[in-house]
Amino acid sequence: MKARITVTLKNGVLDPQGKAIEHALTGLGFEGVDEVKQGKLIELDLTDSDAEAARARVTEMCEKLLANTVIENYAIELE
Amino acid sequence: MRASVIVFPGSNCDRDIAVALTAALDQKPAMVWHGDTSVPPSDLIVLPGGFSFGDYLRSGAMAAQSPIMKDVVAKAKAGVPVLGICNGFQVLTEAGLLPGALMRNRDIKFLCKDVLLKVERNDSIYTSQYKAGEVIRVPIAHHDGNYFADDETIKSLEDEGLVAFRYVDETGAASAAANPNGSVNNIAGIYSADMKVLGLMPHPERLISPALGGSDGAPMFKSLTEALS
Repeated sequence: MKARITVTLKNGVLDPQGKAIEHALTGLGFEGVDEVKQGKLIELDLTDSDAEAARARVTEMCEKLLANTVIENYAIELE
Repeated sequence: MRASVIVFPGSNCDRDIAVALTAALDQKPAMVWHGDTSVPPSDLIVLPGGFSFGDYLRSGAMAAQSPIMKDVVAKAKAGVPVLGICNGFQVLTEAGLLPGALMRNRDIKFLCKDVLLKVERNDSIYTSQYKAGEVIRVPIAHHDGNYFADDETIKSLEDEGLVAFRYVDETGAASAAANPNGSVNNIAGIYSADMKVLGLMPHPERLISPALGGSDGAPMFKSLTEALS
């Protein structure tokens, strides 16, 4: 089973890298980009077969290490 | 006073802090490898600057999970003073010993320069040899020094006087122009609630003698020696 974890900055947290990307896109002539947010994608190959147990384990991994919940949100997809 | 310096893979200011502590204490600190599980009996534990674990995932995130950190956290909770400088500050926030987080600098650039800091109070074990409100010059060298915490946390840090150092201009004003990295309220360093844990981004250990370009960092180590010896 694979887990795909998307880590993004919480709303209201300054994202200087997202801002720089936004400026660069505007500089390249791409119009209509209101806001850019940069995050991280983390993929795990799991030996679990039970999705519910896997989700519980990955949630714990996110809380303990993969995300800093002071500034970041995380979303877990299993497949 | 017995001091221990925790050394992580990628620490690069561990020797600087060892030199500063040796000069102040007349005694070498113990250098403790991150893979060890206990810190020797110490009056002070230091988490040094550097780029532990290559700043992978988030600055300080991996180091905060190192085997030694369980004992560092336990000793901090038992009242042993812990000083985290630069990467050490990042590790302290990731380990939950200090609130908030250090994010990428506002202008994204790595900053390596001297800054002016205001010593907010001089009744801590770290600052007794400074004057309250004194402006000192100390270098910064970081990519992720932009201090952030939610409004409630900032309010409680400010209300309880737990801001240790602030980025200021020559007049001591915490102006936007004096803020190098976008930190909330120009915060450069904070104390824990019991004032025993201090985390700061600037490097006082790098300016401890005129031969190094200045000595504004030296009073911190003199303060510690006086308080803990």
